Amino acid sequence: MNAQLEHTTAALLEDEVAGRYPDARGRYGPFGGRYVPETLVAPLERLADACRLLRDEGFLAEFSAELRAWAGRPTALTPARGLSRRWGAEVWLKREDLAHTGAHKINNAIGQVQLAKRLGARRVIAETGAGQHGVATAAACARLGMPCTVYMGALDMERQAPNVGRMRLMGATVVAVLNGDRTLRAAVDEALRDWVSDPDGTYYCLGSAIGPHPYPYLVRELQSVIGREARQQLLDAAGRLPDAAAACVGGGSNAIGLFHAFLADRSVALLGFEAGGRGSGLGENAASIAHGRPGVLHGCYSQLLQDVDGQVQETHSVSAGLDYPLVGPEHALLALTGRVRYEAIADDVALAALAECCAAEGILPAIESAHALAGAREWARTHAGATILVCLSGRGDKDLKTLEATLLAGAGAAA
Amino acid sequence: MNAISAAIRGARHDGPALVAYLTAGYPRRETFLATLNDIAEAADVVEIGVPFSDPMADGLTIQRSSRVALAQGVSLGWLLETLDGSGGGFKAPLLLMSYLNPLLAYGLGALPAAARRAGISGFIVPDLPLEECMELKAALSREDLALVQFVAPTTPPERAAELGAASEGFLYALTMNGITGQDAALPEATLAWLARLRALAAVPVCAGFGIRNAAQVARLAPHVDGVIVGSALVEVLERGEDAGAFVHGLRPARAG
Repeated sequence: MNAQLEHTTAALLEDEVAGRYPDARGRYGPFGGRYVPETLVAPLERLADACRLLRDEGFLAEFSAELRAWAGRPTALTPARGLSRRWGAEVWLKREDLAHTGAHKINNAIGQVQLAKRLGARRVIAETGAGQHGVATAAACARLGMPCTVYMGALDMERQAPNVGRMRLMGATVVAVLNGDRTLRAAVDEALRDWVSDPDGTYYCLGSAIGPHPYPYLVRELQSVIGREARQQLLDAAGRLPDAAAACVGGGSNAIGLFHAFLADRSVALLGFEAGGRGSGLGENAASIAHGRPGVLHGCYSQLLQDVDGQVQETHSVSAGLDYPLVGPEHALLALTGRVRYEAIADDVALAALAECCAAEGILPAIESAHALAGAREWARTHAGATILVCLSGRGDKDLKTLEATLLAGAGAAA
Repeated sequence: MNAISAAIRGARHDGPALVAYLTAGYPRRETFLATLNDIAEAADVVEIGVPFSDPMADGLTIQRSSRVALAQGVSLGWLLETLDGSGGGFKAPLLLMSYLNPLLAYGLGALPAAARRAGISGFIVPDLPLEECMELKAALSREDLALVQFVAPTTPPERAAELGAASEGFLYALTMNGITGQDAALPEATLAWLARLRALAAVPVCAGFGIRNAAQVARLAPHVDGVIVGSALVEVLERGEDAGAFVHGLRPARAG
């Protein structure tokens, strides 16, 4: 790295740690922004204004009350004795799988639906990949009495069928997206088309730390409860900060929620694990930081998996929740500055980590979260005895169909 | 005056100028120049769409035509080379419509000169609002290429004035919230809004989204300088019908 670039990234990191991002234009250093049709500029401006509520005591009290009494927060911090023994480290799991509806997604969904009510929206729409954000939004809408429509790729509806049923039981309309790649990316395209058709009456509850400003900021603020809780819980239980904090990264909402509390703790290594899929070629993975380059998709400038002509690439991951070609803009900045180290974890390595967690801890993690376990395990190899905090972002019940076709198919054959 | 503004102000026929959209390389890459030529004979301005994998402002018709074009290997590079090699001579000036990412991938440094060589007079970028457009606008101005701004029904009045002042070539007024390919109802309130825009904009005002037939063009005629027809024309091409005749058919019948 040349001296000037090093100086620039150091300055960017200083601004990031000091909380100067997003700036007034919705930027995180060079990333972020608001690349949307003119029709959505005014609604996004209203939403950015409404984000002032995130500093409003009344709103925060309402939000915290729902997190506590309905969503089951604080979630536990579990000393993972079995994994600790196996890895030769001290492993702690932040149990977002214990949150209501089974993943961290509920933190964001309930906060945004509360915001939608304050904004006077008539209905809420959402996209979903693994279905966790869809279920969380459907649940939050049922709780607060808002009509809800969820866009979901037809391919994802197949591999995450139980979540489709859960959304419908909670009164949401689930729309199958048949165009594009029929996964999360096509679902976002379709949700944006819905929103642009009714920008005043509809609230778009975006599920990850992506999209046009202010969404990456809004989602980060609502998810940062993960890191705040975990940091304090670990201080209380172990009297110290972790040596490393690890999370899986698709769009990156659980990861940014975990990392944010630790950005200023320079002794804490921050580790993000993307979906390495089947390999490093175009279309074989969903690792936008490892294999992408800067570009614009869904309103935001960030690391994007694209071909030489700027066409967005189809992605592959065994986990539907990570199967997305763009990473949140703040992660792109954290990668550029080196504050967070991002690596890609292959499908089979993630599945092996999932099996290990089941056997060693009696916890079935989501395949998404298993990427974080796999990466943390690898890091532990070179950091014997270290204290490692892993965000277990969700539970794996939804993944049984995929697991029956992979891990359990192998076990069946062996038996 | 930019060639686009000039063509709209000096429309060759009665009624508002017609801006006709087609997707690059559609329906077939081999016959694209002939299709373009037919449409340029009939329209006052032609808007050529660069196909993109994620056209978030477009409805099913243009999603379909984009997919067909991409499957044939159509890209911005192909389009610019093809136009450059065509020798030009189209009857109407050409506008390039592209989502931002293909332009970024091509490189904003090389783009303006290549577009100029290809005979392009301006750009429409549907996911690039005013606040984000300065870099592209500065690059395009080096080759005197226009960057068209949109104004939407959700745009507050003060912002509409800013957009009217910043837009080059023409101001693209969206007749409705939503995506391309629908059917615009054009209530009185919309017509009055268009007339207000026309009074404040420094450039001609063209109305687009959901314009499919001559009755809509006639209803808009007193209030705008031009109309933009996209999905309806792509559907004509999809059905293998005569695109030039369709465009001609949108013009109001000459009185008397």
